[in-house]
This record gives sequence, structure tokens and C-alpha cells, in this order.
Amino acid sequence: MMESQLKSVGKRVPKVDAREKVTGRAIYIHDLKLPGMLYGKILYSKYPHARILNIDTSKAEKLPGVRAVITGFNTPEIRIGFMKDQPVLKKDKVRQYRDEVAAVAAIDPDIAEEALDLIKVDYEPLPGLFDPEEAVKEDAILIHEYDAKGKPLKNNILKLPWRLIAGDVEQAKKESDFIVEDSFRVTWVTHCCMGTSGCIALFDLDNNLTIYSITQIPFLAQNDFNAALKAMGLKGKNTRVINTVIGGGFGSKLDTHVYEYIAILLAYRTRKPVKILFTREEEFFAQPPRQPAIIKISQGCKKDGNLTFREVDMLLDNGAYTSWGATTPSVMMVPISSLYKVPNIKYTARSVYTNNIYAQAMRGYGNPQATFAVESSMDILAEAAGIDPMEFRLINVNLPGEITPQNFKVTTCGLKECIESVGEGLNWKDAKKNKKKKRGVGMSSLIHVGGGARVYKSDGHGMIMKVDDFGKISVITGAVEIGQGSETVISQVAAEVLGVFPEDIQIIKGDTSICPWDVGTHASRQAFVSCNAAITVANKIKKEILDIAGKYFNVDPENLDIKNRVIYLKDEPENSEKQMPLDKLLRRAHFSKHGTMIMAETFYDPPNEMLNQEFKGNLSCTYAYGTTGVEVEVDTETGHVEIKKYFAAHDVGRALNPMLLEGQIYGAAVMGTGYALTEQLILKQGKVMNDNFLDYKILTAKDKIPIVPILVETIDELGPLGAKGIGEPACVPTAPAIANAIHDAIGVRIKDLPITPEKILKALKEKEKKG
Amino acid sequence: MKKVISFKLNGEDVEAEVEPHWSLLHLLRETFELTGAKEGCGKGECGACTVIVDGKAINSCLFPVMEVEGCEVTTIEGLATLNGNLHPIQESFVANGAVQCGFCTPGMIMSAKALLDENKNPSEDDIRTAIAGNLCRCTGYVQIIEAIKKASERREP
Repeated sequence: MMESQLKSVGKRVPKVDAREKVTGRAIYIHDLKLPGMLYGKILYSKYPHARILNIDTSKAEKLPGVRAVITGFNTPEIRIGFMKDQPVLKKDKVRQYRDEVAAVAAIDPDIAEEALDLIKVDYEPLPGLFDPEEAVKEDAILIHEYDAKGKPLKNNILKLPWRLIAGDVEQAKKESDFIVEDSFRVTWVTHCCMGTSGCIALFDLDNNLTIYSITQIPFLAQNDFNAALKAMGLKGKNTRVINTVIGGGFGSKLDTHVYEYIAILLAYRTRKPVKILFTREEEFFAQPPRQPAIIKISQGCKKDGNLTFREVDMLLDNGAYTSWGATTPSVMMVPISSLYKVPNIKYTARSVYTNNIYAQAMRGYGNPQATFAVESSMDILAEAAGIDPMEFRLINVNLPGEITPQNFKVTTCGLKECIESVGEGLNWKDAKKNKKKKRGVGMSSLIHVGGGARVYKSDGHGMIMKVDDFGKISVITGAVEIGQGSETVISQVAAEVLGVFPEDIQIIKGDTSICPWDVGTHASRQAFVSCNAAITVANKIKKEILDIAGKYFNVDPENLDIKNRVIYLKDEPENSEKQMPLDKLLRRAHFSKHGTMIMAETFYDPPNEMLNQEFKGNLSCTYAYGTTGVEVEVDTETGHVEIKKYFAAHDVGRALNPMLLEGQIYGAAVMGTGYALTEQLILKQGKVMNDNFLDYKILTAKDKIPIVPILVETIDELGPLGAKGIGEPACVPTAPAIANAIHDAIGVRIKDLPITPEKILKALKEKEKKG
Repeated sequence: MKKVISFKLNGEDVEAEVEPHWSLLHLLRETFELTGAKEGCGKGECGACTVIVDGKAINSCLFPVMEVEGCEVTTIEGLATLNGNLHPIQESFVANGAVQCGFCTPGMIMSAKALLDENKNPSEDDIRTAIAGNLCRCTGYVQIIEAIKKASERREP
């Protein structure tokens, strides 16, 4: 398709769901009520680690309005999590403060809450493990005595050994002219979706489950819930997952969560619809946050600046149970192995159980943590080698055609343009040469999967398209819209191919019983996979339409096309004799002898590879790159950091919708700035101490950050009309860019996030002491 | 003990039987089934429940229901006409990409409306201050601020 011919793609088309949302008509899980619905509430543990001796629910059961009280003792055991290490309701031990020990269903939320207070749990407190460096020791007390299969465990280290070796790091060390070694720490941050978590579960008379949900992974959730039904003795029964409008995702809904299973158990017990809706406090303490990690990194280079090796050893605080987030070290490998050209790589990571809140993935899936270490270290090494940090990055920049040490095949790569355009925006050379006091510039780049990611056995996306008698097109898709705009770009792409307008497209979604399978909205993949599917299926539809039109006009269908809802002859576009409105042709096709309905389907699975046993393989069929550059001013009296300039350049392949794309960049940049400067879930002996927005500080409109997005279009061969993923990338490089700029401004390097004023003042004091 | 209160809701005189401990948000969502105002925290920290009472944007989750007596309350449902004509601020939010997940959107728009009703030509700082109590996790606020600015320009005579 020629650039100049694009009618819908590349335009700032408003989000298709925006009108529903600005009028308050969109139905979130919070807004949904079903007849006879009960309200579920959960009783959490009083200790971070304790043996449960007894649970007495008798008083709660007698409270008027209570319909069910469940515990691990009166329900079948359902085990969940990536390693199936978590029973939904705990009965032997609790391993974290948020452990669910009982739940109530009642006719209103207040009664349910009151009933929780009447449940008496006797505990025998056990010593807790809150420091991953203690938990990893051989003689540490055990958090899990047995694995999911009942095999005794010897230590707290997860049996997920991450180890990537490429080249010869030891030899490379000998050949390096400069080597730096540092340790970085990143802590818990949480998604803070504005809509809290919730669901409604109900059973039909045949014991099939329907669950109204906000999941990002409806089809994997169906699989999980069917396994739960089996554990409940309902073998062969099915789950229908129906999504409501979702109040934010950011990776918080990539797992099925304990509360959902509790709603299922309560609904089965009461035979009524049961709704569980988190309070904001629960959202903070009972919703798994991003993984903390201690990251040791060493890198070397030659005198000319060429990187020689990168060695990373990481210890992750997994918390008490595993989620899919336990696999984030696999995505951490992406920047560690493949950001800049590094021939020799050694990466090892261990994840360890503690009595802290268990963690899950969050926007970037480990990439922000790893990139903070890699890109901070890049600046430290550049300084050691006496090379300007931007120049240093350009010396080692990734280029098209490269195969990285992890066997990623780099196809399109606009990293060089990203670095250069950010440098230009910041007046980098001038800012470095004529350095102003307390002002500094810093940059960081990123690589992320940009063409799906085969973390599951299928990375596929199913789509059905059907055309009605009025020329309107229904697109039935497994894609989950979490605010990012996948439905809008699907409409644009389908309209483009079919020669109609985006408003002619209706998206039917969010129901596992209607929509074809999709692995989920994760890995920044949704626009990539669903728009690729839309192109294929729209072309099938178009071919059918033009074949019919060809017969009607008695011309070669190859010589026909559709534009502005009208079928026309390509040779004679002005010939009105050989034109027909699309809807008219469709009716003719439908209401004739041997009439036909036009519909088509496809299942698009991108050509990417699962990592092999050495963790190598072409994980994504294209990669997204970008560079963030900032100028900061640091107040050395207060430690306050002000961001004066912020440039975010991204190789997006093609901007399918620049307005939505910029929205992703703005939002991610601000979220990344929070990660860098203000956000931190504070845990004391495993307890979340700041479960509210006053004490957990996400940025507000008062925090003025002058973000300038720069879109670098590389038109990727495999991307839909050339596009790559953008959902996660823009939050990845923010923290190291800011840390590097702070160092440039005041000469201190903060190696643990967030970079609070206290840490800056302390570092300045230490620097002063050293003289 | 239930009490009866009467007030004006989206231009209409209404009466409701309430429990005195309810919040205005509870009344709107449960009694009137106006679910546009959202409960994001229930503590006045996030602004998702913002509605306008007598010209002022307030957190309805904290607003005691008994104080609504005799007031004029406008919610997001009161902005667009029934035939789908959006208010200029709503139009501007749609056109400028100010909506992502949309959970904060109704509250955000009500704060913007209270601002523009009072100040026809707000500066960027005025806008930032007016929505400082409305948290948004998706947009980074940029396109929201732009949308409010453009809506104010459009309303200029």
C-alpha cells in the first residue's frame, strides 16, 4: 500500500470507545450488578509467616445476611500460580500478610465486612524472612517445605535457574582496557490502575461458570478457571470469561488472581452471582507489585569504546508465591544480551521466596529493572573510558541485520536515529561543553520485543470478520482493550484494506465463547498481532466482494477496488456505470438465488521462536528500540529534581495512529518518572505501610514534565503496515536516563530506586566528606 | 434512620430516601444508578468520583449526603444531551486523545467543567491546579491538559 494512498492508517483517529467513556456510559466491573448478586469479602492473614491452628467461623455464619463462609477447611483445594505453589485459601500456613484465610458472601458489602470481624483465626507465629539475601542462604528457614507435587524443598530458591552464556566473558575481561563493576537495587512499585480489581462469578444449572472479568488474558484465564473447576470436582465443565471495560492494566491482569477463585468458590457454594471488588487499600496490599531485585553488573570496553562483555548476576525477591512474573528474568535477558553490541554475555539470576508480598509483572516485564542497571553502567563505563556517553552509545549502537548474542535477528532498527534525535533535542554537545551548575543531561536507550513474544506455546491471535447487508463490518477479536487503543487501530487497518471508514467497523470482543483465541494483551503485542490478523482477514473479505462484483460487472476482479464504500473499476475510476456502493452489492449477493454471506477468519501467529534451553532464540519477530534523554536541575539544598527537558524517541515501525501512540509515550514516560523518583511500596516486616495515594506517590498534573515524543518510522517488513509494539517501551529507559542526568548535574550516582531527595542529600554529604 | 432529602440533579428536582451516613457518591451510584462517577479510593485521594455541587468540583465519596439538601448537583451524565451531543469538553477529550482506560475521565471532565465555568481563559497552570486532585495512570496528563486548553479556546466568543 502506497504511503500517499493511506486514508485511515497514520491518522489521528479518536479512540472508538472514547465517547462511551467521556459520557460515563462505559460499564466497568464496578458498575455491574446482576439479579440476586451477593458480595464477597476476604479475610487476610494477621502475620507474615505463621501456622494456622484453627479457624472458627461459627459466629460469622450466624450473622443475618451472610450466605456463605469459606475457608481452606471446607472447600476443595485449588492451587494457582506459575509453579502452582499457592493454595487459594490457606490452611496449613500463611506466608505473607496478604494470605487469604477465609471469605464471606453476604447480601451487602457491609454485612460481609462485619462477618469478617467475627471469624476467629488462631495462629502460631513463625519467624519471617524479608531480606532476599538472607532467604537465599542454605540454612535459612523454609517458606515452602514442599513443592506443588509434594516433594520436599531444600531451600527458598525457586527452581527456575536463569542462565544465559554467549561468548567467553572471562577471556573478554582480559582483553578489556576498561572494566566497571557496580551493584543496583530496584524496589516494589505497583500498577495503581485507577479502577480497582474485581469480578463477578456465577454458575448455570449445569455447573458451567461465567465470570465477568477484567483480565488481560481471557483465554489463559479460561484455561486456569477450567482447571479450578476440575479441582472442585466439576470435570469437563467450561468457563466463559466476559470482560467488562477495564480500568487500567499495565500487566496487573496477566495472571488469574486469588480473589477470582474465591468468587468462584463462593458462587458455587451459594448458587448465586458473587461479586468481589477490591478497595483501594486491597489494591495496594493484595495485588502483586513489580519485582524488586539486587543487580550486580560488570561491563568492559576497549580504548576505542567498543564493548567487550557484560556480566550480570541478579537476585530477585519473589515474595511468598509465584505468578507469571516469576518468568520476568527471561525478558530481563533482552536488554542484558542485546542492548548495544556486546559480543560476550553472562547472565545469571536467582529468584527467592520471602515472606514479602508476592510479585508479578508490570509494564516492561522486567525490562525497566534490567535496563536501569545496564544503562547506568553504560554511563559509568563511558566515564571510565573517557568517552562522551552519547558517543559511547553510538559506537556500540545496534544496527539492522545484526544477530545478537541471544540469537535475536535484528531486522529494522532505528536506534541510531533515536539516539541522535534525542541528542539534538537536548543540544547534547553544548550542554556538555558549557555545563550549567546543578544542571545535567542524561540518556538511556531500550530494546523490547516489538513483534509479539513467544513466552507461551502460541503467540497467536484469532479474528473473524463478517459483513452485513448495510456495508458494516463486525470484527470479532480476542484482543483485550485496556485503554491502549487496540480496537481503534484494528478499525483503522480494517477500514484501510476494505476501502471503508473506521466508523463502519464494529469491534466485538471480550467474550471467550464468541471471540477466537488470543494469548493476551501483553508484551506490547496487541496492535502488532491483531492488525496483522485484520489485514489478512480483510483481504479475504475484499477478495470475496470483488469476485462477486467482477461477475456482476463482467470484468476481471483484479481490475476492481473499493474506495469510500464504493466498488469501482481501477482502469476507469470515474466510470459511474462500473461503480456500485458496497452495501448494494452485499445485498445483491445475499438476496439472490444461492445467496451468500460474506465472512472470513484467520489465526495469525507471528514467526517468532520460543527461547531454547540456553535461553536463546528469536523471541520476537521484530524489536522495538528507543532512547529517552532528559535535562534535569537538582536543588542541592532540598534534593529536589526538576525535569527541564524530556525527549522520548521511539522506533515504532509505523505510527498507525500518532495520537494514540503519543498517548502511550506520555503515559509511560510519566509512569517511568514515578519509578525513577517517587514511587515505592514500603514494606516493613512484610507489611505494606503505604496503602493509599497520599503515601504512595504517583505523579499528578502538578508534576510538569515537558515530554516531547519523537516517532522514528522504520516500516518493519513483518509489522502491520510496518508497525511495531509501543505499549511498554516508553517506560523502560526513563529511570536510568534520569539517574544519568542527575549524575551529570551534581556528580553523585544513585544506584537504588526511587531517587528520593533524601538519597540525593545523603549522597551529596558523602561526596563532600570524601572531598 | 432513613431521611428524605431533596435537591436538583442534572437540572431536575429530585427527592431521595437516604441513610445519613451515606456519601453523595453512594446516593448517585446506588439510588440513582448514575455510575459515571467512579469510586477509585473512597477517601478523596484520586478524584474519580468528582461531581459538581453548586458550581464547585467536589469528591463525592467524601461529601456527606445530608449536605446535598437544596443543592444543585451535576454529574457526568448531565453534560451530554440525550441525543448524543457531547459537551465541548467531552468533544475535546475525544478529539485530543485524552481518554485511555477512561476510569478517571468522568471525574477529570467534571473538574475541567468547574474550572471553565469559573475561568473562561485558564492558563496551563490553572488547568494543572484544577485537575491536581484527579489522578490518571494512563495518559501522563499531557493530552488531558491539551484537551481542556482546546475546549477553553473553543468556548471563547
